Amino acid sequence: MTADDSFISIKRVSKHFGAVKAVDDISFDIRRGEFFSLLGPSGCGKTTLLRMLAGFEVPTSGEIMIDGQPMAVVPPHLRPTNMVFQNYAIFPHLNVRQNIAYGLRKKNLTKHQVEQKVEEALGMIKLPGYGNRRADQLSGGQRQRIALARALVCQPKVLLLDEPLGALDKKLREEMQLELRQLQRSVGITFVFVTHDQEEALTMSDRIAVMARGKVLQIDGSAHLYEHPNCREVADFIGNMNFIDGTVTGTEGGNAVIDAGPLGKLRVPVGQARIGTAGPVTLAIRPEKLRIEATRPNGGTNAIAGRLNAQAYLGDRSHFYVEVPGLQRRVAVAAQNVARNAEANDGKARDVWVSWPVESGVLLPAD
Amino acid sequence: MKPDDAGCRVMVSVTEGARAPATPGGLWTAFKTALHRYESIRGYLLLSPTLLVMLGLMIIPLLGLVVLSFCTQVYFSIDYTPTLKNYLAIFDLANNPIYLVLLFRSIVMSLTTTFFVVITAYPMAYFLAFRVGRGKLVWLILITVPFWTSYLLRVFAWKIILGYQGVINSGLINLGLIKEPLEFLLYNPTAVVITLTHAWAAFAILPIYVSLEKIDKSLLEAATDLGDTPRERFWRVTFPLSLPGLIAATLLVFIPTVGDYVTPSLVGGTSGIMIGNLIQSLFGKANNAPLGAAVSIVMMLAITLIVCVFLGAIGRRRWKHS
Amino acid sequence: MGGKGKYDTLFVYGVLYLIFIYTPVLLIVLFSFNNGLYVAFPLKELTTKWYEEMVANPGLTKALGVSLRIGAFVSVVSTILGVLAAKAVTRYYLPGRAAITFTIMLPLVIPTIVFAIGLLIILAKFLGLQPSTWSIVAGHVLLCVPFSMAVLISRLQGFDKNLEEASLDLGENAWQTFWRVTFPLAMPGIVASFLLCFTTSFDEYLMAAFLSGNDTTLPVYIYSQLRFPQKLPGTLALGSCILVVSFAIVTFAEWMRRRGVNPDQGLGI
Repeated sequence: MTADDSFISIKRVSKHFGAVKAVDDISFDIRRGEFFSLLGPSGCGKTTLLRMLAGFEVPTSGEIMIDGQPMAVVPPHLRPTNMVFQNYAIFPHLNVRQNIAYGLRKKNLTKHQVEQKVEEALGMIKLPGYGNRRADQLSGGQRQRIALARALVCQPKVLLLDEPLGALDKKLREEMQLELRQLQRSVGITFVFVTHDQEEALTMSDRIAVMARGKVLQIDGSAHLYEHPNCREVADFIGNMNFIDGTVTGTEGGNAVIDAGPLGKLRVPVGQARIGTAGPVTLAIRPEKLRIEATRPNGGTNAIAGRLNAQAYLGDRSHFYVEVPGLQRRVAVAAQNVARNAEANDGKARDVWVSWPVESGVLLPAD
Repeated sequence: MKPDDAGCRVMVSVTEGARAPATPGGLWTAFKTALHRYESIRGYLLLSPTLLVMLGLMIIPLLGLVVLSFCTQVYFSIDYTPTLKNYLAIFDLANNPIYLVLLFRSIVMSLTTTFFVVITAYPMAYFLAFRVGRGKLVWLILITVPFWTSYLLRVFAWKIILGYQGVINSGLINLGLIKEPLEFLLYNPTAVVITLTHAWAAFAILPIYVSLEKIDKSLLEAATDLGDTPRERFWRVTFPLSLPGLIAATLLVFIPTVGDYVTPSLVGGTSGIMIGNLIQSLFGKANNAPLGAAVSIVMMLAITLIVCVFLGAIGRRRWKHS
Repeated sequence: MGGKGKYDTLFVYGVLYLIFIYTPVLLIVLFSFNNGLYVAFPLKELTTKWYEEMVANPGLTKALGVSLRIGAFVSVVSTILGVLAAKAVTRYYLPGRAAITFTIMLPLVIPTIVFAIGLLIILAKFLGLQPSTWSIVAGHVLLCVPFSMAVLISRLQGFDKNLEEASLDLGENAWQTFWRVTFPLAMPGIVASFLLCFTTSFDEYLMAAFLSGNDTTLPVYIYSQLRFPQKLPGTLALGSCILVVSFAIVTFAEWMRRRGVNPDQGLGI
């Protein structure tokens, strides 16, 4: 990445609260016009990082630059960023119109221009005619959209969103996810989005930074992050993952040969992983890549035997749990319920074979 | 983005050639940077006027008090040579027991008052927290408002209630219940305690109320679910959780009451005077300001000692329980 | 939670308690209309002559003026100081915040007489100044700032900190944010603080008695009248006026500031 691409530059930024390292020596760049997500469990530092971008927290060390301008001495009200807060922070003593127009006061527009912008904004968030309503008369979803409009109407270079969809119910949340994505595409502003919901991040983002304990674990696009996690923690955090520990005994073509103890020899593409010619590794495989059958499949796939003794019916798909000798956790297999009464859904335990194509596995270093 | 090295310690590569921005020189800029960087500096700046005023009005007078207590009053001027004479006089039980006796009596009266105030306030606070539904605002206002109005007048009101020709006596005589007015109502320590109990009531209700109100209702439901009767639940759950408010109320009433001056002077007569009256007379008619200062300091130390013992006893008890 | 019987007992207790709190005050008002020199039953005929006498009394009107002036000044200064301190304590990360708040609240807990004589000593013995209305102002500010701060802390804590951050984020600097967001939302608290500080100063006796110079405040004047039996009804009339006015002011202040704020934060003050 060259210097031109970087729109937001975060260099060796740390934030300490006393002895606690909320953000620990993080560096990465965000491109102009990206929808960039910070994903991680609570306490991983993502909100602190967002607040440092906004200017509400000052880094203990390190540097932040936005559009080439260093932010070290720039207070929040002078930054080219606007924020959508987790609880929306709608001003209760102002009506909707006054809320949306709040940040326009400094821009020296005529009254007419302000009116126009507010109406446009109301249209964009699909709440036309709500101008005179008071803030406390609105539902959570409506307030969230007003917070969005209020931030966007100021035309910031960067929009910061702090888990804005957290308080909404599932259907509304899914709707808003798509709407936000489309909105971002149409206005072209760089979005930095904080969430702990990995499905949300995967749906909306161009790139995702997975964080834990104040550090960045991996930054990638959704698909790459899902299919090629670079360590066990990321693999486990995003979606579900099965792990098989073993040791490398050699390579064949582009694949590593793993000795997985009682499970026999398994093959997995080496991919980006840096491994030696020998040593402990972990083979990771997604549940939906697995196939479950009564007999051992032939051919060049990986296959292990076990006992199916638990399953969960989720409507559109079913999860099957297979106990495999030598593995601590049961292997999870996810299959779409294509047939209306899938034959495996009869609740009886039985011996099965679980198999997958070699190229579906991911090689991870052992922890 | 290429992972730089194996495993999770991936740092994405940094833009090349970026330089730290040049900072213009100057102390002012450094100050502004520090101001921006350290939120606590801004906070302290904002706090400083109030803090300075309060410290000035508190610390300096207290220091003056301490200094004066080591001086002597010589007719109408002060001899500033440091001496322990005043303190020796106070603790001289053989010749001048009055100081310690009065202090002791004040403390006892204060403790009695505190006890009655808190005992009567607790059910009221409980009522407010648990029984009152929508009228809480009204009740709270009704209870706190009298407290904000003139202390002097409220004490005076008790004087006319308890007086020889006062409301109670004339009322009882009128009703034919007694022939002669009761003399024991006024101008004694009991009158002081009653008046103080009335005056400090609201001060005790509020902290207890706040403590009770904060109790998570689901804790009470859990206790009931696990088999407690309402009375058991009160003593096992509600009361312990209301202790912080109870302690606060006790301290808020006890400490100021010891030094009270207005009430004893209006309704205490000669048998009901407290240490505050003595201090006032030493600064007034008795014209011995250094001694007055010393007495005040001894009073404050006594209060502090009692409070520490009280808090210590509570702390140790809680530590033993956990 | 307890049977109906329990409800009734506590309710009766509550009502009796309120009666206990209000009776002495109401008696003053009652007997101020009594045409007699003694506060005793039976009531004689009703009259307003004590009120008329009161208004014509020059010593009283002078003391009233003094108290009003001091009260106004004290309430303005205390509220300003209280707002600054409350904002600093609730909105900024301050190491040692608990200790500072405790220190500022000390006047609420330490016997007033200690501060009164302390200030007197400093003024009279060390600085050689004569006590005057300014010394009373200083003493009253000391007493009122903790109240002001307590009221404003509970008000500021009652509304969302993010609102001020949102305002900053949208381009307003700290000063503008204060006027556009903090002040309107804290307004009931600020008004309440004015009124409560004014009332506290207006009704305060001890500091005023120790620190007054030539001008006496109203409570000091009242106290001086208390030893004259024939002045008693006049004192009652004056007292009733003060009580009624204070009551109205404080009720208004309390109603204003408790609206829309959780009453169970802070000290409940």
